[in-house]
Amino acid sequence: MTRTDIQTRTPARPERAVEILGAEPDDATLRRYLHGLPGVDAVGLEQRSAALGTRSIKTTSKAWALDRVIQLIDLTTLEGADTPGKVRSLVAKAVTPDAADPSCPRVAAVCVYGDMVPAAVEALGGAHGDPDDGLIGVAAVATAFPSGRAALEIKLADTAAAVAAGADEIDMVIDRGAFLAGRYGIVFDQIARVKQACARPDGTAASLKVILETGELNTYDNIKRASWLAILAGGDFIKTSTGKVQPAATLPTTLLMLEVVRDWHRATGERIGVKPAGGIRAAKDALKYLVTVAETVGEEWLQPHLFRFGASGLLNDVLLQRRKLASGHYSGPDYVTID
Amino acid sequence: MAFLEYAPAPESRAILSLRDEYGIFVDGEFRPAAGASFDTISPADETRIATVAAASDDDVDAAVAAARRAYTKVWSRMSGRDRGKYLFRIARLVQERARELAVAESLDNGKPIKESRDVDVPLVAAWFFYYAGWADKLDYAGLGADPRALGVAGQIIPWNFPLLMLAWKIAPALAAGNTVVLKPAETTPLSALLFAEILQQADLPPGVVNIVTGAGATGAALVRHPDVDKIAFTGSTAVGREIARAVAGTDTRLTLELGGKAANIVFDDAPIDQAVEGIVNGIFFNQGHVCCAGSRLLVQESIHDEVVDRLKQRLSTLRLGDPLDKNTDIGAINSRAQLERIRELSRIGEEEGAVRWSAECAIPDTGFWFAPTIFTDVQTSHRIARDEIFGPVLSVLTFRTPAEAIAKANNTPYGLSAGIWSEKGSRILAVADKLRAGVVWANTFNRFDPASPFGGYKESGFGREGGRHGLLAYLKSPVSGRGVAK
Repeated sequence: MTRTDIQTRTPARPERAVEILGAEPDDATLRRYLHGLPGVDAVGLEQRSAALGTRSIKTTSKAWALDRVIQLIDLTTLEGADTPGKVRSLVAKAVTPDAADPSCPRVAAVCVYGDMVPAAVEALGGAHGDPDDGLIGVAAVATAFPSGRAALEIKLADTAAAVAAGADEIDMVIDRGAFLAGRYGIVFDQIARVKQACARPDGTAASLKVILETGELNTYDNIKRASWLAILAGGDFIKTSTGKVQPAATLPTTLLMLEVVRDWHRATGERIGVKPAGGIRAAKDALKYLVTVAETVGEEWLQPHLFRFGASGLLNDVLLQRRKLASGHYSGPDYVTID
Repeated sequence: MAFLEYAPAPESRAILSLRDEYGIFVDGEFRPAAGASFDTISPADETRIATVAAASDDDVDAAVAAARRAYTKVWSRMSGRDRGKYLFRIARLVQERARELAVAESLDNGKPIKESRDVDVPLVAAWFFYYAGWADKLDYAGLGADPRALGVAGQIIPWNFPLLMLAWKIAPALAAGNTVVLKPAETTPLSALLFAEILQQADLPPGVVNIVTGAGATGAALVRHPDVDKIAFTGSTAVGREIARAVAGTDTRLTLELGGKAANIVFDDAPIDQAVEGIVNGIFFNQGHVCCAGSRLLVQESIHDEVVDRLKQRLSTLRLGDPLDKNTDIGAINSRAQLERIRELSRIGEEEGAVRWSAECAIPDTGFWFAPTIFTDVQTSHRIARDEIFGPVLSVLTFRTPAEAIAKANNTPYGLSAGIWSEKGSRILAVADKLRAGVVWANTFNRFDPASPFGGYKESGFGREGGRHGLLAYLKSPVSGRGVAK
């Protein structure tokens, strides 16, 4: 699937939601639907994800997998202290992850705050584009990230400004307060409106990642419902966390979200992306995620438009492992660059 | 390239240092048997692993005599605290040699290394640790102060969990102060013989545990032996019946843990993805060679198609092959005889009109293999819904109401285990209350813990293993002289 597919198909989604729900997506209808989904047994889910974590991977597959992990990374800086200089440094790392090895692939995107989008776009220059073409996208967090506590108009303006500045992807946060209060209609509406705000004047649109902030939703049942809600409302990706709340991405949570995506694909034929973000630091852990993706939704999901890692520290560990695989030796942290 | 081409990641056999030939283990030493010998093979490729003794009547006699001597002179005089020390020592040695034991088990039995490594061997250690703790606390076992051991226990164990069943038998027997003559199954003696080395390492007094290998005749000699005070058997219902007949009218106490045809009941409000995992774990764990396997899937009619669909999809991701490979999900069938039985019953299932579906997987050229198989459109009158297949074959039946589910679940001569899948707690409790099964799992399956008693109703046997109840099968009250599980 290419970027163009995503851009042309998405506007139809809310109508499809009405079709699937059989009524307007208000609180009551959504509640009936989301609470009618089969529940999640926490013990069973965690057992399954632990079992997936024990697969051992062939060395040739591992080389491929490490490269693929890099190609799936949203290299991220989301600090109050971010400056254009910091973003330029991040972009340089994204373009050339391993200065010692030109064969090293590039990451999928850089992920920054909305006001840093111009700096990122400028720094990327000719390297800015679709990760499918070996280029690097710009993702911007929006909608009063990370808390989401702002008026809808502000969230929409936040989104539109980032898109206008050249963001290819918008990482929005859902209103967890509204979700936990059972106001599913509000959450749905906000996602759908942000989705509209992702549209560009030329008729294309930025891809929308919906951050559920699973650490605040607390139960697997909630995470499952929020995943369905985000997809019904038009999200192109469902993303675990902002990285600002613990626990962030976990393997069981990601497995659960992948199962939702699999079921949605089975029901509608449409492919939704999944992005675990926050807390994945080791290459070894990233490989467990790849195994989980491959065994749950299939290997076709291991591409930048369907799976991403939101991470900053992960890249350097993958680079170290990659070198170890090539040379047989471990090099130290001083042999990979900090961004 | 296919990412899922996982590495062939076999555990090395080099960790094993096996003898070429094993005698019987009597009085703390290996000695040649008077009887003949036979080869134990790896079911994955039919190669010979070692030659083991087929203990004769005389060999069994010597073993029982050794056990009696050890009981009278040493073990019955030893304090509970000291017995506990030996059990703790054994538990720690099992942990230390865990990898070796896991490799031996997978080699001899055919089960995937990930199961022997992550389930069997850790549970073995847990069982010894648990009963080690009981050894000096028998006053609190529920039989009043100072309950007595029975004496010499003859224990006959099956091939499906060779080392785990050994632990289930030996740990409570020793904790309660009995001495033991154990006969491992004919096709899987290897881990018991390695365990004998552990007993030597632990410095267990000679004769407290004796191990005689062999086939049915050896077992029969043990059962008939007049100086055995207690027989504990795990295995098929047919053999269990013979044993019950043989000890009827004698003083020998008996506990039997026999077959099962467990119902795994999936209600329409079940956590569906976890239920599918549970169904897979229930019947394809250890190639279905599990007496408590969830071999009858009772699924509510309204979600039948969806569950079967998801199940097939999940089964397509299972990896069948070399048991020693860490990525293997389904190992080898334990023996040719068992493979024939599974084939035979599957053929009958097709003839009776059930619809067969088998996962597509490459079957190795040598060894004994059976692809994971599901039968749908199974009726309660079909043989595959009634007979224990003891293989990776699932029979899917439907029900409409909880009452019907309970009736169908209980409609079996067995009663060892059952599973319930529902998100509704009150329903789980109400249904569990009405199931005639020794173990009922809710939203999980095939979970074991040394503190939890295990055992069956009806043709699944009597007596309980595990927990405080497990001790009662090896103790008698000082007042009445009676135990509980007679």
